[in-house]
Amino acid sequence: MSLLATRRQQQTGAGKGKNGRKRNKPEDFRSPGEVAADKRKSHMGYWLILPGFIFMLLFFVLPVFSLLATSLYTKPPGADIGQFAPALQFSNYAVVLQDYWAELIRSFGFALIATVAALLIGYPMAYLVAVRLRHRNLLRGILLVLIIAPFFTSFILRTQAWKQILADESLVVSALQAVALLPEDGRLTATAFAVVCGLTYNFLPFMTLPIYASLERLDTRLLEASSDLYSNAFTTFRRVTLPLSMPGVMAGTLLTFIPASGDYINAALLGNNQDTTMIGQVIDSRFFRVVDYPGASALSFILMLAILALVTLYVRRFGTKELI
Amino acid sequence: MVLTDAARDSRMETSEDRGADLRLSSITKRFDDFVAVDNLDLTVPAGSFFALLGPSGCGKTTTLRMVAGLERPTSGSISIGGQDVTKTSAYERPVNTVFQSYALFPHMSVFDNVVFGLKRRKVKDAAAQAKAVLELVELSHLGARRPAQLSGGQQQRVALARAIVNHPAVLLLDEPLGALDMKLRRQMQGELKKIQMDVGLTFIHVTHDQEEAMTMADTVAVMNAGRVEQMGAPRDLYDLPKTPFVANFLGKSNLVAGTITEDLGDTVALNAGGNRIMVHKSRTTSTVGSVLVGIRPEKLQILHASDAPAGPNQLRGRVSDVSFTGVSTEYLVDIPGIGALGVFSQNRGQDSAERGDEVVLVWDTAHTFGLAGTEDALSGIEEAAVL
Ligand SMILES: Nc1ncnc2c1ncn2[C@@H]1O[C@H](COP(=O)(O)OP(=O)(O)OP(=O)(O)O)[C@@H](O)[C@H]1O
Ligand SMILES: [Mg+2]
Repeated sequence: MSLLATRRQQQTGAGKGKNGRKRNKPEDFRSPGEVAADKRKSHMGYWLILPGFIFMLLFFVLPVFSLLATSLYTKPPGADIGQFAPALQFSNYAVVLQDYWAELIRSFGFALIATVAALLIGYPMAYLVAVRLRHRNLLRGILLVLIIAPFFTSFILRTQAWKQILADESLVVSALQAVALLPEDGRLTATAFAVVCGLTYNFLPFMTLPIYASLERLDTRLLEASSDLYSNAFTTFRRVTLPLSMPGVMAGTLLTFIPASGDYINAALLGNNQDTTMIGQVIDSRFFRVVDYPGASALSFILMLAILALVTLYVRRFGTKELI
Repeated sequence: MVLTDAARDSRMETSEDRGADLRLSSITKRFDDFVAVDNLDLTVPAGSFFALLGPSGCGKTTTLRMVAGLERPTSGSISIGGQDVTKTSAYERPVNTVFQSYALFPHMSVFDNVVFGLKRRKVKDAAAQAKAVLELVELSHLGARRPAQLSGGQQQRVALARAIVNHPAVLLLDEPLGALDMKLRRQMQGELKKIQMDVGLTFIHVTHDQEEAMTMADTVAVMNAGRVEQMGAPRDLYDLPKTPFVANFLGKSNLVAGTITEDLGDTVALNAGGNRIMVHKSRTTSTVGSVLVGIRPEKLQILHASDAPAGPNQLRGRVSDVSFTGVSTEYLVDIPGIGALGVFSQNRGQDSAERGDEVVLVWDTAHTFGLAGTEDALSGIEEAAVL
């Protein structure tokens, strides 16, 4: 038998000894008072989550049930606008799905494109700041502030600004027309493109920051080990950097996709109310303009369930549970 | 440890079987205005176990990183197996590293870590080779685990397996045993040496543990402040250091300043504080003027003043300190005109001297070595003491 095998026995033996000592000591020397204090301490945790629990109950769980109930209300014959009676009218769901399935799918389509675009823009940004500029503290700080800066201006204003940027007489449009990327009579404002641009832009920090957080913890010595083991820069990225930043990518994509698919401001300000309508807009108008509470509620519920289903599928497929 | 058939077979296929020569020519590495490696020349013959020994911060890791291609030398060139690789990237070099921090991929299993390099080079029977090497380091039962689920010693063996599975022309080991306790260290040293002889690669082992360097390596290079002070077989380095740094860093030495007074053909005689000391000419770096003579403490014999034989190489003094260490007794003896000298005396049942005794230190001329008198006699003592 080789030395290694003997060593392994000693090692496990030593480990047991150490653990044994550690485990025994506190129990042998603890007084009943100390034990009680420990119990109290372990219950502390539950008390600490109580406020959050109450908050969620009041402002999330109850409203969801109320929403569910409302979505099944019926409009009695001859009732005034906005008057509904409690019922279990499941056909509400069939009706809104039939009327608005296209907007629902469009919402997920736009959100998906915006998420992918934000990932393509946000990942390199996060990589640059977190890995390449790791030891350049000043520059890194400035760039981080720039990434977060949009948060300091109002969402509506930022979206409005995109309207100006993509307007028919804007520099962007004339430049694109000049290089023939856009036909002479082509326009960007009030198109699907504009809506996706707005979504991408507005949710970019939600993508960049989680990725930054996971790349910041990346041990660059692993990248050296990878190149030492015959990986070029691309393979190193694909085999080491990307897998190790997957928790950030997961968080970022979820934080972008979920709010983007329910968003209505971008579509309202940058879209054209015909072929860019998103489900959020529909819910908004059902609720405030048409005053169809059950319809709006049913749509909200469908949106919620659909997002839940998509997210579950996504996490199942790309889940990072195995990552440390 | 025996090499498994699969490992041996796979070895037959590679052309760089016996490792390759590594040559560093006037390599300098500057970080801003700090010179980490200073005009270093180094040749490591193929298939040898080469140790780079030196105090912390002397540039060992930097040297390895330049060989691996992880750092570009400011000037100079590096060739492996006769091929200039100075300008090639790390992934193109036939070199693998066992990193000081292991740098195992945390998101991969032990097996995937080991097979990583083979897969990148699209080796055909990668899985079989990885299995064989895991067997070699006796970890085949842990292939499915994550590195975080292993003990330090096991992680170290994974790091080793991940590197040697590629049969690199040169294997770089950057203090791979640094994180292990003394006992594990000694056992791992034996394993490493065996593996090196089994697979026959060129190993470059960085360490600041002199015992480790001397027991494992065929050749030891002692580095100090970005330069190689001296290079050679461990026994030669210990026996005949060429600089005070090596004399003090590698084991302990008594260094005494003196002036050469006579040329006696094969030997020279010198005067140190009124005492006559002889040195063989072949064992001294300078044969005129002032020199430093060195004698290792265990080469000194301590006798009662009355027992002193006639002749040179006798230093009379008084014992100022005695410490008993079990196998030996260490004395500190004050010699008028020279200072305190250390003596290691093996405990073979002889009478031991007491503090305050008048004694005579004698030794064989063959054990004296001479160094240039212009050098600092204390160089290397502090560095050795830190370890
Ligand atoms: N990237 C760097 N920038 C600036 N100085 C550096 C850099 N890398 C190393 N140095 C300096 O170069 C010198 C040599 O460093 P190196 O890591 O090679 O030492 P070492 O011999 O491996 O030491 P140790 O035994 O502590 O590992 C040190 O003084 C270190 O501070
Ligand atoms: Mg080092």
